[in-house]
Amino acid sequence: MSKILEELLYSDSHEWVKVDGNIAIVGVSDFAQAEMGDITYVDVPSEGDSVSKGEDFGALESVKASSELYSPVSGTVAAVNTELEDKPELINEDPYAAWIIKVEMSDKSELDSLLSAAAYAEIAD
Amino acid sequence: MKYYDKLIFELSHPGRTGYSLPSCSLSAAETPGNVQSSAETDNTAARLFSGEQSFVRESVPNHLLRESILELPEVSEVDVVRHYTNLSQMNFGVDTGFYPLGSCTMKYNPKINEEIASHPLFAGLHPLQPDETVKGAREVIEGLDAALAAITGMKHFTFLPCAGAHGELTGLMLMREYHLARNDNARTKVIVPDSAHGTNPASAAVCGLQIVEVKSGADGLVDVEALKPLLGPDVAGIMMTNPNTLGLFERQIGEIAELVHECGGLLYYDGANMNPLLGKVRPGDMGFDIMHLNLHKTFSTPHGGGGPGSGPVGVGERVLPYLNIPRTSGFHGNFGVMLRAYAYILMLGKQHIKMAGPLATLSANYIKESLKDCFKLPIASVCKHEFVFDGLINDGARDGKAGATTLDVAKRLLDYGFHAPTIYFPLLFHQALMIEPTETESLETLDEFIAVMKKIAAEAAEDPDILHGAPHNAPIGRPDETSAARNPILKA
Amino acid sequence: MLKSQTDMSGFAYFPHTEDDIRVMLERIGVRSLDELYSDVPEPFIYKGEYDLPDALSEQQVRDFFESLGKKNTQLKVFVGQGAYDHYTPAVIPYITSRSEFLTAYTPDQCEISQGTRRYIFEWQRMVCRLTGMDVANASMYDGPSAAAEALRMAVACTRKRNKVIVSTKLQQNVLDVVSSYLKYPDIEVVFAWDVLSALGPDVAGVIVPSICRHGVIQDLTGIADAVHAAGALLIEYCDPSALAVLKTPAEWGADIAVGDAQTLGIPLCYGGPYVGFLACRNEYMRKLPGRIVGQAGDASGKRCFVLTLQAREQHIRREKATSNICSNESLMALWATVYLSLMGPEGLRKVNELSCAGAHYLYDELLKTGRFEEAFPGKPFLKEFCLKPLVDVEKLQQKLLDAGFFAALELDGYVTFCVTEKRTKEEIDALVAVVKEVEL
Repeated sequence: MSKILEELLYSDSHEWVKVDGNIAIVGVSDFAQAEMGDITYVDVPSEGDSVSKGEDFGALESVKASSELYSPVSGTVAAVNTELEDKPELINEDPYAAWIIKVEMSDKSELDSLLSAAAYAEIAD
Repeated sequence: MKYYDKLIFELSHPGRTGYSLPSCSLSAAETPGNVQSSAETDNTAARLFSGEQSFVRESVPNHLLRESILELPEVSEVDVVRHYTNLSQMNFGVDTGFYPLGSCTMKYNPKINEEIASHPLFAGLHPLQPDETVKGAREVIEGLDAALAAITGMKHFTFLPCAGAHGELTGLMLMREYHLARNDNARTKVIVPDSAHGTNPASAAVCGLQIVEVKSGADGLVDVEALKPLLGPDVAGIMMTNPNTLGLFERQIGEIAELVHECGGLLYYDGANMNPLLGKVRPGDMGFDIMHLNLHKTFSTPHGGGGPGSGPVGVGERVLPYLNIPRTSGFHGNFGVMLRAYAYILMLGKQHIKMAGPLATLSANYIKESLKDCFKLPIASVCKHEFVFDGLINDGARDGKAGATTLDVAKRLLDYGFHAPTIYFPLLFHQALMIEPTETESLETLDEFIAVMKKIAAEAAEDPDILHGAPHNAPIGRPDETSAARNPILKA
Repeated sequence: MLKSQTDMSGFAYFPHTEDDIRVMLERIGVRSLDELYSDVPEPFIYKGEYDLPDALSEQQVRDFFESLGKKNTQLKVFVGQGAYDHYTPAVIPYITSRSEFLTAYTPDQCEISQGTRRYIFEWQRMVCRLTGMDVANASMYDGPSAAAEALRMAVACTRKRNKVIVSTKLQQNVLDVVSSYLKYPDIEVVFAWDVLSALGPDVAGVIVPSICRHGVIQDLTGIADAVHAAGALLIEYCDPSALAVLKTPAEWGADIAVGDAQTLGIPLCYGGPYVGFLACRNEYMRKLPGRIVGQAGDASGKRCFVLTLQAREQHIRREKATSNICSNESLMALWATVYLSLMGPEGLRKVNELSCAGAHYLYDELLKTGRFEEAFPGKPFLKEFCLKPLVDVEKLQQKLLDAGFFAALELDGYVTFCVTEKRTKEEIDALVAVVKEVEL
């Protein structure tokens, strides 16, 4: 059973979202990192790029797999976790600490369609 | 096999040379004094023979010249020969031993092919020479075209593609040309079964097509009922591998062809699995409009450690007018590979070809039936040239000890002097182990392989750790691929 | 066609005896080979005789190809245009025909394919040293398809740009292949003689040759700066042999270098197999298509070589892949690697010196015949050049062919010539003598 944090929102494509005012902090769930195995590379957008809900903004790579990252919200990339460039393993070590991007949201109501921890637990097993 | 740990750069010694070039350009018999013309104009010829330091430097302005020092190995000829001979001894080829790599058709590569391919009367032909000076080469291409057409039931082939995936791309371009010529511009989807080779969806994507996956049924075959709702005016065609990657013949191909044609789409045949049909079944007769062949699989040309191959694309009547539109390689394709394949086909002739596919199929079924008590056989019907096991029946897992996986079985096979089968493909099964023996292996070789596989299964049941640590006898052990991917070292 | 006396009782490549077949059928539990095809609907079983010649014996195959070979005219090659008649050291075919290299599959099982992986690593490093780039892949089919893949790579590297500019100074077969490759995906291709005139904010990549189709060595001063200022990538198409003496793509400021390594001692062989190369700067490593070999360690710390960055590849990315290449031209990369090992920096420089000297000698001698004018006066060239013909080109070409020369290929209203280190002064003089016979 993978770890799911109560206070976060989730997408059905296994990204988590932490809301901080108008900023959405985005990472991938424990379930996702376990499925991928040892992550070897995180492909991230640049600050200032626009992202839209449901569209891919980057990708995770492991030795045997590659998986797109889908943005759970729309908006502009406000920050990118550059530490992951050299240490992609941080996602394996603690997926909820290793955020990937922060998004300045353009439509906060999009959060409503995300999953609660309980709802996400249904699909992540 | 032995371990040898040098790179050619590490043998370099400044000032050492391994080349043999004339000491000055042009004829050594001429002396500067004999060159009458040089005095008359700009002294070019005189400079040629005077052995000056750099003719390039005099002819080309400084700012167009290389600034940095070129660091290449400086080694003698014997250094080069020993180094690469040592490297070769860390490699396993078909000539080393049995190579049952599924979907790769590692059949024996007859040596006459090599002799023909290096024939000096072909090796010196420039690709842009006028046709009347390359009549023999044109006859090779035309003869091979006719032979492949006879074998597959297609009309004609283009030989530009240099590999299977290159053939797929070229074939899909033809699919698009067919629709474009009819102003049928909405056809941008291509249907690909979930058991398809990974190159199929990739080729479709780089050809600007959207991929629609069709599921396989419990019998491992394309589910025709699942296919029906996917068909419509936006479908360019379907890519099929028949027999599919489970080695199973898609017996409903007749109905599938009818449905796809009815909706206005075309059928593409992935020829990677053509081998069992050699001499028995022709893709053209099953309704396929476009196909590629891998001459380096089906027609015995060597794989060369990853090319050069040749992936000619054949078409039926519908697509024939467009055959020469896509230009996917620079000249005429890999002519040297065509020579090899043609030599092989001439040796097969109309007589032996009839046995090629059936003997490949016989070998695969023989291994399958002999090992199904040790390995899980997810679909127990007659297979064609290959089949898939889904891991060990008894992987030895107990008391928290991990069982032996397909990877472990593969690595243990190396210890016993066999190449591993294809592993973890197709994606339909978690522990896929895909075995393709081909028609060029003797009963004794197959029996030896079967005995070793049984032995490995017994080892796993007894102590999976024997397998976890394999290979024990190869030049190196299992590599750390994770750190290699995290911090790639691409320059020593 | 050929009549065969082949004995039908056996075939060297099928080891099965009738007894073997019987034993195997029994194990499977079927009565005949035909029964193994019981899953194939009856109408699809081919019942006719294959329209193939009778099977030939090995000696008959030899004789057959000998007779075909004699139908070819063996000519002294004075044309390049993407295929160059350089000398091949004897060592190379000897090494590349070693069966451990020749009959291996794409390096699949790491532990028993270290030979292939090592030479690919060496090849990648040599390509980097020639071009000045940081990373190279295991090889491409040929130069033209490498150029097309490089343009697609530029689109993948620059988000939300889908236009590329292709210099019409590139050789014709490069232009043709690029057109085909980029026709179907949603990439706009602009062909321009002056690439800078077409630059704009939607441009992902620009490809230019280092030596143009007419043989002129290009002065690329300012190109990289302009391309980068527009936010695009610069791709340079180059002859790796010439990079021993010419300014490298890295020195010109290019981001990606591509070309055909046929010039590294690979025989003409009527157009293939050759081998393309593709190299780039570190920033774009993860978008480099095809296989890449990297250095790693095994469990005991022994140095070994692995296929790395595989997550980019077609078999994992499937429909998300930006390239579908898997088999490349591995053995031809070995060919070029052995060539470069033998030649070393000095040998490769000398090849250029000899070719350049021969080409300039021919150039001067041809002008002296009065049958040509300069096409690009004062423009520098290495081994290939164009002249403006003052005689009937067809007659000129025919006369040359009759005398055993392949030369003076027509191109854009000019005729093109090429001289490599293989051409002797006697051959050049003989060619010039033939030209002098062509009436003005």
